[in-house]
This record gives sequence, C-alpha cells and structure tokens, in this order.
Amino acid sequence: MLHIYCPHCEEYREEEEFRPKGEAHIARPIDPVNTSDEDWGDYLFFRKNPRGLHHEQWFHAAGCRKFFNATRDTVTYEILETYKPGQQPAVTAESRKAQASAQASNQGAAK
Amino acid sequence: MSEFATFNAHPAAPVRAESPLAASRVGVAVQSSAQGAGVCIGERALLGHLILRGKAADEGFRAGVEAALGVPLPLKLGPVARDDARGVSVQWMSPDEWLVVVPEAQDHETELRLRAALSGHYAVINVSGAQTLLELSGPAARQVLMKSAGYDFHPSAFPVGKGISTTLAKSTAVIRRTGEAQWELIIRRSFADYLYSWLLDASEEFGVFVAR
Repeated sequence: MLHIYCPHCEEYREEEEFRPKGEAHIARPIDPVNTSDEDWGDYLFFRKNPRGLHHEQWFHAAGCRKFFNATRDTVTYEILETYKPGQQPAVTAESRKAQASAQASNQGAAK
Repeated sequence: MSEFATFNAHPAAPVRAESPLAASRVGVAVQSSAQGAGVCIGERALLGHLILRGKAADEGFRAGVEAALGVPLPLKLGPVARDDARGVSVQWMSPDEWLVVVPEAQDHETELRLRAALSGHYAVINVSGAQTLLELSGPAARQVLMKSAGYDFHPSAFPVGKGISTTLAKSTAVIRRTGEAQWELIIRRSFADYLYSWLLDASEEFGVFVAR
C-alpha cells in the first residue's frame, strides 16, 4: 500500500482512499471551433505513457473528494510530490536532469 | 435573504420515521449489560445532518456561519467545532465543505438560520435522511476501528476531538473521536446495515453491548 499525501487534507492517507484519474495538465484548446480534427482528437483521446516521470491527477475519493496532481515515477511507482490543481510541479524531467548533472560535477570536483 | 425553496422534513402531522438500521438483523452474541463489555455500540438516530458549502476565504461567510450556528467554522482538517450543551457540531470535510450535525428536528430551523445569515455563493443541503450517527465506546473500541480501517488511530495521529472521512470496511465513514475511548461514526444510509453488522461482528471477540 502506498501512503499518499493529500495537499487538501494536509496529511498522508492510505492508497485505498484515492483513485488515479490519468494524465494532468491537459489544456483544452482555447478555440475549439477553429481547432483541427487531428488536434481535437489528440486532446480528447491521446495520452502520454512515459517510462519514468509522469504528472497525473488523483482523486481523494474517500476523504475530501477533491482532485490534486501527483508526480509519479512509473518505473518505481514512487510518488515524488503532490500539489494542488493550478500549481506547477517542482519535480520535472528537466529538474531531474539538472540534479543528476550537478551530482556528477560534484563527484568530479571531489576527485 | 435571497429567494430559495426549502422543505421542512418534520411536518405537523405525525409521520412514521425509521432509522436506516431499523431492519438490521444481526446474529452475534450481544452482552446484556455494558459492564465488562469491550465495546459499546449505540445509534443516535434521526439527528439533523446538513452539508454546508461555501468559500472559506470569504470573511462574511465565516462570520455568517458562526452567527447562525454559534460555533466557529473549522478551516482545516482537525478538531471538530462543537457545542455539546446544544448538541451542535461542525466538521471540516474539504476546503469548501462542512458537515453540520444538530439535534433531532432542528435541521430545518438550522437551515433557515444559515440561509438568513449567508448570501452570495453558498449551499446548504439537508442530508439528514441520507446518513446516521453511531456511537462506539469502550476499552476495545479503538481496536475495532483498527481492524476495520486503514487510518492511523494512534493518539498521536488521531487526538481527541479530531474528525476525518476515510474508508471503513470497504465502505466510507466519517469518524470522530469524542473522548479517550469514545468515537462517533457517521455512515451512509445505504451502507448502514452492512457497516452495523460489520461493527457488531468485529466487536464480538471483545464482548459487545448494544445500547438502546
């Protein structure tokens, strides 16, 4: 069982209380009338399926019944952060890459 | 006061009212007295339950609720605001939702008081018929909850006064700790029979007394 931090309840809860709700940060096309069928189809049906970091929506079904976002590693299932809708993730592929290169250069300096 | 339609669920003529547990038939061995029982289960049927929605950031909303109910609005998960003398409690359910519990037959009057005190974007919904309140007490009450739910019931995570909403025995329940060994469960009507049977079954090994 995972312990997931609900940013609304401000405490960790059992995974059983939550429902995963798919990819987060999907922007609806601003002008649907002038959006091509292909773009509209992408918006409706096509989702990322990454190996590694994934920003996704979760629903606290048995608690506050609010949505929030989580950054999860699809390889390890580790949830790296949770944040409220409307906020941007702190952990991204770029931030991870920067962290890894900083660590590598630190190790180089230590030698 | 804005225009609204209300419904008084307590008409002048007597109408047969039944608790959601009225038909529950349970086959567990129940003790004849609370003396020596590990768990004591009792229902407080037919209380008034209201769901209140509104903006917590709105000062007028907070002041209106406090004026109407006589208890301050809790702004985050944690202690339930209570006035035990009047039997009124207000629990934080989510950032824009609260559960108000009042004594029997005071739901309509409380709704009218809230509507008179509030304005703008808010909602008051009478859910008295949708749920019921169980009281669980005794030295083994915490163990019964630990058997039934995944939440941490240790005093460090669940101090006296706190109220939460969580999964209980594959269903959901609002759980409030009212004393060291006293708990309140607010359960849905449709799950009431199942959860009541579950709790009796889970309590049997500690010796259970059903308060009437």
